[in-house]
Amino acid sequence: MYTFSSKLKTFSLILMVLGAIGIGIGFMASPKTIEDVEKILAADSHHGHEASHSEKVAPHAAEVHNTEAHVVSDSVKADDTHAVDSTHTEAHAVADSTNHADVAAPAVADAHGNNHEEHANADVHSHDDHKAHLEHVLHQLKNKPWAALYVACIFFMLISVGVLAFYAIQYAAQAGWSPILFRVMEGITAYLLPGSIIFFILLVAAGLHFNHLFVWMDPEVLDKTSVKYDKLIDLKSGYLNVPFFLGRAAFFLIVWNLYRFFSRKNSLAQDEASDNTFYKKNFKMAAAFLVFFIVSESIMSWDWVMSVDPHWYSTLFGWYVFASFFVSGITVIAMVTLYLKSKGYLEHVNTSHIHDLAKFMFGISIFWTYLWFSQFMLIWYSNIPEEVTYFVTRIEHYKLPFFGMLAMNFIFPLLILINTDFKRLTWIVVMAGIVILCGHYIDFFNMIMPATVGDQWFIGIPEIGALLFFLGLFIFVVFNALTKAPLVPKGNPLIEESKHFHY
Amino acid sequence: MSNKVIHAIYNDDDVLMDAVKQTRAAHHHIEEIYTPFPVHGLDKAMGLAPTRIAICAFIYGLVGLSIYTALMNYIMINDWPQDIGGKPSFSYIDNMPAFVPIMFEGTVFFAAHLMVITFYMRSKLWPFKKAENPDVRTTDDHFLMEVGVHGNEEELVSFFTSTGAVEVKVVEKH
Repeated sequence: MYTFSSKLKTFSLILMVLGAIGIGIGFMASPKTIEDVEKILAADSHHGHEASHSEKVAPHAAEVHNTEAHVVSDSVKADDTHAVDSTHTEAHAVADSTNHADVAAPAVADAHGNNHEEHANADVHSHDDHKAHLEHVLHQLKNKPWAALYVACIFFMLISVGVLAFYAIQYAAQAGWSPILFRVMEGITAYLLPGSIIFFILLVAAGLHFNHLFVWMDPEVLDKTSVKYDKLIDLKSGYLNVPFFLGRAAFFLIVWNLYRFFSRKNSLAQDEASDNTFYKKNFKMAAAFLVFFIVSESIMSWDWVMSVDPHWYSTLFGWYVFASFFVSGITVIAMVTLYLKSKGYLEHVNTSHIHDLAKFMFGISIFWTYLWFSQFMLIWYSNIPEEVTYFVTRIEHYKLPFFGMLAMNFIFPLLILINTDFKRLTWIVVMAGIVILCGHYIDFFNMIMPATVGDQWFIGIPEIGALLFFLGLFIFVVFNALTKAPLVPKGNPLIEESKHFHY
Repeated sequence: MSNKVIHAIYNDDDVLMDAVKQTRAAHHHIEEIYTPFPVHGLDKAMGLAPTRIAICAFIYGLVGLSIYTALMNYIMINDWPQDIGGKPSFSYIDNMPAFVPIMFEGTVFFAAHLMVITFYMRSKLWPFKKAENPDVRTTDDHFLMEVGVHGNEEELVSFFTSTGAVEVKVVEKH
């Protein structure tokens, strides 16, 4: 039996308290009125001027900037709720370049020459624009603490879902190596229940208009008389409406939790059983769960992640989200296993088990990259305006996180975990694991933030606070659950093979 | 000094593994072992050095990646930077996503083929190569261990008989 070390318990409590303070600060610091926003922007605008100047100096960069601005301006026309503008001044230049340069392509040089003039014009004739822009930024800044909470919450909840899927796969595949790790996985999936409750509360809060995370939830976008009326969202309202949305979410979360509850119960019952009835039940349940899971996971990703950008859709998005949290889940299994092993609790776990987990981390990291690139390259290549804005906003405003996560989730694991000997070394696996987990947090950050806070993003106190809070809660729940049952599932018919697994 | 070798023939891989361990313990140098299928753990029992072919493959992959990157860069960016359907050919990085499928396949192609060729060369396999099979049964259901004869021949023969060999022969090797 595992005993929750008091040090770890204190550590997780400290994380939760610090995180809660950070979340509180985030909500307190978010601006309440347009005047607040004006002050914040005034502080930033000087910086913005300098940036646009330096871009003009390098002729090549300016050229690229102009073509990109073109696309951005298209997006501004297509969906104004989403208008993405880097800084105040730049935004006007971009909007203007549509008016002047029109849609014809060869105007690149022209627009370049006119830039100064446009700048002057922009200041004069755009007081209304200015006000609308302030309101837009206000929404983004108000969303910031909510989005920070949302990203951290969904990230940790989906880690436990990823572990649950891995666990079900191990059962359904009758894997011989992994039963020794089943109790670790069951411990990690214990977070699913509290995690999904908090997550559902967040969804309900969005549905009750406490925040503007989901643009389509705003009743005015469906109101034909409103200036905010959005026909595209209206056409999707048969699917994207709050009651149906919450109903789906509740249904998926309940079924996942039920599978988790019963598989854990059967797994414990199997320890005392004289035959394999409970094992067989678990086997069948795992197979059925996987079928349900792959459908619900796909729909879940449209609802909880893709619908923050209701004008954009991608067919392989469900798989992409799945790969992201699946690899994170496997990484967490490896890290919790290594922690328990280092404390002397898992005597039958040898380097071959770690090697197998590291291979999964490596393989699924590549799989994630494959899906990321397939999605990116198809959209980049065809460059259809209504699709490509998704990546234009990310490359314009999220360049470092967007490409940085590629280094963290692909290049780093590729180079580190390709070596067989390295996959057996604790410190290598832990180091790779930390980088992969941070990388996939940023991945979720990149999925949610551009649509909710736009260019106002920053990984500051609200984001780190939310991350620490859920990390603390995760550690507390997981290690508390690990104390509830012996760490070796002795009734599992494959446990002997697993104990002697050697690769 | 004659170059005689002992051919100890076994009909079970477990017996063979035990025999290999005993032979190593008795400090007889194993020249070669012929088996009809891969025997798991035999290389470890014989004390063979691990293969480095994976390292070769990694390097070949890097070579492939470099070649294809340089190729696309020369053709599409330096030599004739045409505007093809609006794709940006100003610099390599601008148009890189379009080259990734080629870079990937090139990496795999080089890694795979050069590794296979390396394997053939290092294990001296090629068409019309004369088979080096000391006993035809070793391709079917027998295992053969070849040990050079140094010193007392009879002692060696009795040693290998005691390890469970079904047949022990002393052969003149050319």
